[in-house]
Amino acid sequence: MLIKKAPDIRSSEITPKSVYLHRREFIQASAAALVAAGFPSLANPAEAQGGGLAKLPNVQKSPLSTSEAPSLYDHITSYNNFYEFAPGAGDGPKNNSKNFKPRPWKIKIDGLVNKPGEYDIDEFIKPYMLEERVYRMRCVEAWSFVIPWVGIPMAEVIKRVEPNAKAKFVEMTTLYDTGRFPMQRTDLLQWPYIEGLRLDEAQNPLTLLAVGIYGEVLPAQNGAPIRLVVPWKYGFKGVKSIVRIRFVENQPRNTWQIMAPQEYGFYANVNPNVDHPRWSQAREKRLPSFIPNRKTEMFNGYTEQVAHMYKDMDLRKNY
Amino acid sequence: MGDFNALTANPGDYITDQTGTWTITFLTIALAVTPLRRLTGSNELVKLRRMFGLFAFFYATLHLLTWIVFVNYFDIPSMIVDIGKRPFITVGMATFVILLTLAVTSNRFSVRKLGRRWQSLHRLVYVAGILAVVHFWWLVKADITLPRRWAFAIGSLLLFRLWWANRDRLSFRS
Repeated sequence: MLIKKAPDIRSSEITPKSVYLHRREFIQASAAALVAAGFPSLANPAEAQGGGLAKLPNVQKSPLSTSEAPSLYDHITSYNNFYEFAPGAGDGPKNNSKNFKPRPWKIKIDGLVNKPGEYDIDEFIKPYMLEERVYRMRCVEAWSFVIPWVGIPMAEVIKRVEPNAKAKFVEMTTLYDTGRFPMQRTDLLQWPYIEGLRLDEAQNPLTLLAVGIYGEVLPAQNGAPIRLVVPWKYGFKGVKSIVRIRFVENQPRNTWQIMAPQEYGFYANVNPNVDHPRWSQAREKRLPSFIPNRKTEMFNGYTEQVAHMYKDMDLRKNY
Repeated sequence: MGDFNALTANPGDYITDQTGTWTITFLTIALAVTPLRRLTGSNELVKLRRMFGLFAFFYATLHLLTWIVFVNYFDIPSMIVDIGKRPFITVGMATFVILLTLAVTSNRFSVRKLGRRWQSLHRLVYVAGILAVVHFWWLVKADITLPRRWAFAIGSLLLFRLWWANRDRLSFRS
């Protein structure tokens, strides 16, 4: 006699092994989807990204881009720090920069270079090929985005202006204009904002002078018309709305180091092993997220491209 | 708060900030009751004092939970380390422990049971007020506008009490 008895559990009811093995991610993803349903700001609509600003022409893709999915335009442009517009991270910079005009804009190259000069921003950018670089951006406040920048490699600019043998560092300065940057009327930070890189850091292929995101010109709150992007360093190294690039012999004093030297150094390399005195840097929130959802990577995941520059350095001291 | 986009792409940090602000707000309101009673001579507000204190405790509890979930996501070892290692967290936790103690002993039974010691115990609310401001002051990155405002508010209320307590002595002297 043949007993045809259905097994207790039909094969269609068995959780596939791959899902079972990744059940935590599955639960997290489900929870995230649920949360996103209730919170429009966390949703991920599959629509073309941008803010309706001017499109940048002839943008080339770059092999240096990460394959990670870029964060939403709306998030990148409505959650960030830009103390010239508003104190603290949030949508203050966006709300307070609505009338900011990034033209006319001059940028000055000076210091220890053979070809100093002052350029109109559009003239300055013209000789270079625009590239799209999708980079991770890790803020010192333990949140991060993936941002599709458009810009020009800083190394190209340096080649053209020919720093002389004495030049060891590059110092970059934000516009000082209390009419355009309201917070510069307060003593919130020491103005203008200054950042610096060692010359070899500035020449690293990853270092970008960004003029856009998502194929459009930068919105004011993200540093229009031109800003620095150094993806293996904390976000505050990315000085915004630059008017001056100066080649110098001595290490510049950057703004956050001046404000709180025990908390912010010159190098500011992303490093999960060196805590900020007030919080851990081991994990981060890849926004949008309620909770820390990933481990922070050494040099923000750019070890291969940058670790050689810090070979013999104590990164605990040179934070 | 109807607009959920106001929560930003980093809602955890936003909610943590907001619950902290509500804690210090209710703490300040509770601390303002006695000075207001002295100034107005009305006893009406005193009936609400316990509720104000419990509201402060309620928000402090939410604030602690946001820290546990949104900041640390239940990473218990890391939280324990942080309480010992980071002064603003140590101070925040001390504030919570005080508010917890006061909330637990805020009922009539405790008032009766503790007698005179109840009032001494509940004077810890001054300490909680000061520690809450210190906690806020130490956690901001650069903009001390808000902690300075709270320091002024709570400082004024405490100075008023000091002045009131010594008023008779001072007036005798003059």
